[in-house]
Amino acid sequence: MTALNGIRVIDLTRYISGPFCTRQLATMGAEIIKIEKPISGDPTRNIEPFYNDAPGIENSGLFLYLNMSKKGITLDYKKSKGKEILLELVRTADIVVENFRPTFLPELNLSYEDLKKVNPNLIMTSISNFGQTGPYRDFELTEIVMYAMGLTMNVTGLASREPQKAGLTVMQHQAGSVAANATLGAYLGREMHGISQHIDVSLLETQLTSIDRTGAQLLGYQFSGSNPFQRFGETSISILPMGVYPVSDGYVMFVGAHPHWWPRFVKMINRPDLFEDPRFQDSDYNFVYNLDYKEELEAIILEWMVQRTKQEVMQEAQAAGMAGTAINSMADAIVDPQFNFRNFFVEIDHPTTGTIKYPGVPAHFTDIIPELNRAPLLGEHNKEVYAELGYDEAELEKLVLEEVI
Amino acid sequence: MTSQNNKTPLPLEGIRVIDMTIVWAGPYATMLFSDMGAEVIRVESLQTPDINTRGNPRPPKGLLGTPRANMFPNRDPGKRPWERGASFAYSGRNKRSVTADLLRDEGREVFFRLAKASDVFIENGAAGTVEKLGITYDVLKDINPKLIMCSLPGYGTNGPYKYYKGYGANVEAVCGHTYLRGYPDMDFTGTSPIFHADPAAGGTAAFLIMSALINRRKTGKGQYINLSQAENMITQLPQAFMDYSMNGRVRERMGNRHSKHTQGCYPCVGEDNWVVMTIRNNQEWESLCKAMSKTELINDPRFNNMDKRIENHDDIDQIISKWTTDKEKYEVFRTLQSLGIPCGPVAKPNDVLTDPHNIERGLYEEHYHPSLEGAFKYPGPMFEMSKTPLRIRKLFPTLGEDNEYIYKDLLGYSDEEYSKLQEQKHIGDTYFDLGLEDLSGNIV
Repeated sequence: MTALNGIRVIDLTRYISGPFCTRQLATMGAEIIKIEKPISGDPTRNIEPFYNDAPGIENSGLFLYLNMSKKGITLDYKKSKGKEILLELVRTADIVVENFRPTFLPELNLSYEDLKKVNPNLIMTSISNFGQTGPYRDFELTEIVMYAMGLTMNVTGLASREPQKAGLTVMQHQAGSVAANATLGAYLGREMHGISQHIDVSLLETQLTSIDRTGAQLLGYQFSGSNPFQRFGETSISILPMGVYPVSDGYVMFVGAHPHWWPRFVKMINRPDLFEDPRFQDSDYNFVYNLDYKEELEAIILEWMVQRTKQEVMQEAQAAGMAGTAINSMADAIVDPQFNFRNFFVEIDHPTTGTIKYPGVPAHFTDIIPELNRAPLLGEHNKEVYAELGYDEAELEKLVLEEVI
Repeated sequence: MTSQNNKTPLPLEGIRVIDMTIVWAGPYATMLFSDMGAEVIRVESLQTPDINTRGNPRPPKGLLGTPRANMFPNRDPGKRPWERGASFAYSGRNKRSVTADLLRDEGREVFFRLAKASDVFIENGAAGTVEKLGITYDVLKDINPKLIMCSLPGYGTNGPYKYYKGYGANVEAVCGHTYLRGYPDMDFTGTSPIFHADPAAGGTAAFLIMSALINRRKTGKGQYINLSQAENMITQLPQAFMDYSMNGRVRERMGNRHSKHTQGCYPCVGEDNWVVMTIRNNQEWESLCKAMSKTELINDPRFNNMDKRIENHDDIDQIISKWTTDKEKYEVFRTLQSLGIPCGPVAKPNDVLTDPHNIERGLYEEHYHPSLEGAFKYPGPMFEMSKTPLRIRKLFPTLGEDNEYIYKDLLGYSDEEYSKLQEQKHIGDTYFDLGLEDLSGNIV
């Protein structure tokens, strides 16, 4: 049995943040009934990458990943019969998750208050761009806008150039993760204290309340009147290696976190003569902040780096107690010995792709067994789910003809 | 922070969490618990300062010449810098602090008594750190079979990288995220570190622990969760990994660009002001052209469909930059959003504090802490709950602030025992023997 077995979630989400939230719940064993629009389905089905680069609603790798371990049904709840069926489903559920524009469900009379009338114990999680209230409620958001307004892009990149976003859609995934936490927290609150409630997750706010240089930046700015972080300056406050360095077959990342790491650094580059150097004798290692030495030290570091591969640098850095790691491409990561030792990538079969590797669950458990099954084909579980509500084949055929399912 | 019987309980009220987390990943996980009402108790040592979270207790004077000094009120670390740093001032909210030296038997005894009275134990030191203190899941499960323990070091507590060190920026490098971001026209040395792996891992840790708490309601048993921050970061990069799995393609970095839309970061008036926008379809392109008073570009053969706009992205960037360069970033934001175009300012601290949306949503809460000069605006909890509004109930704890409560009320130590542990320097509010070289064993 997996952890969330027996919890039923009606999943109205599309795109990334919502489906990632319910994917988290699905991998821990919750029963996710994903409701898609008949015929076209979740728009993510039309987002690349596609298997063999061929677009098609069963070919999107992003969709296949985000919707693992879920049941999929189709239902048009803009139609009155469809709405009736949705309410029947909500009656059987513990949780509803949605990520529509805040006005969409209320306009269909499907707000949290409406859904509570058929299921007073319901928990509902609403994920939206800017939250359910406020002057920007109906504004548009994309990944780069979220990162820019979320107070981290301003300190990412080089001072001499434009700020940089993070990779792909990690911020939207993070919003989904925060929403999954809110959902389970509310579920525990219901089980322990009998409180059912509605959760408002704003994508922007999940960034503004994140911890990568957000809280510290905002408070530091208020404390001192200046920003403790900046672009480029990030890499140059100390003469210890900090940032990206070229090596013989690629690049490595170093975080020279503490001045008292100086002896480890000297040991790593095998330059015991630096221990004798009169410039580097202060026992509190204040000299690591003296950027007059930076150029000379960088030359020494670079010379050491370029004679080694990224794997060699990582191993020697780690042996010395320095936080240095390889910058891996996808091809490197997928064969990385650590990820393979832990069997992180899982093989999953699907009618379109055959058996391929997916990112799995990033943890090992002594008890929980994660649920890792393929995503549903469009409407794959219609028969099963609607049979449970008492619809027979003839009724289902009628609903298909009416384009309700 | 004590429960008030006449008030609606917060969702996680009744859950007790032992928090030995450091830096950002673990503290973010325990913020989720403390915000939702769990009692989160940070176990700290007066002999081994947590320099990664509370900051260096004796910041080198060299550091005070760098922008990092801005982490302290008036750039002054004062006599108790561990209670004045911006990072813990943020992540310590709604948490308690108890002190005990776990390198000694009496200190370990305190920890084990606390473990018996708790639901969750979470730590993210480099693998082996708590093991060296004699704290392992095998030991803890005999003391409290219902306890859920979660470790979230960089790479997990097993495998060839078990003992490897890694901050967020390091684990992002190993997992492939660093490879997917940064300036595409430069080599990787132009890619500055970011630390998204920290909140990413913290969020998953909290989620998995809550799953285990729900599991425990059925089985009556706790368990051990061994989370890898690097693997966790991969779960947020599916496009690249699925493309590799399905098509054998190794994705390269795109900077601020997007594979199917035109997108960029453009200069605005003033020092270091920028605005970002995404043009996703012909309608948004038409709206943008109208806003720029360049309607002739709508049907320009270089730009009249998405493929052509992507092909001529550099030209588009030039045109947009020319338009934005003499405008305020918030002016561009409001103009384009009113036309339905996703657009936003690259916000700086003062921007988010004065933003009318953030103000109306009550995102920032003003609080006073006796260790800091003045009241400041703190980012509040990460989401809103309709029946149990989440708030900062109390700012970060000073070192050992909750010693009396934890030792006497919770664990039943007598006044005599308490005094003795004070003499033995387990209990206190100030670090002893601040030799930095002593710290080397106990950091990330």
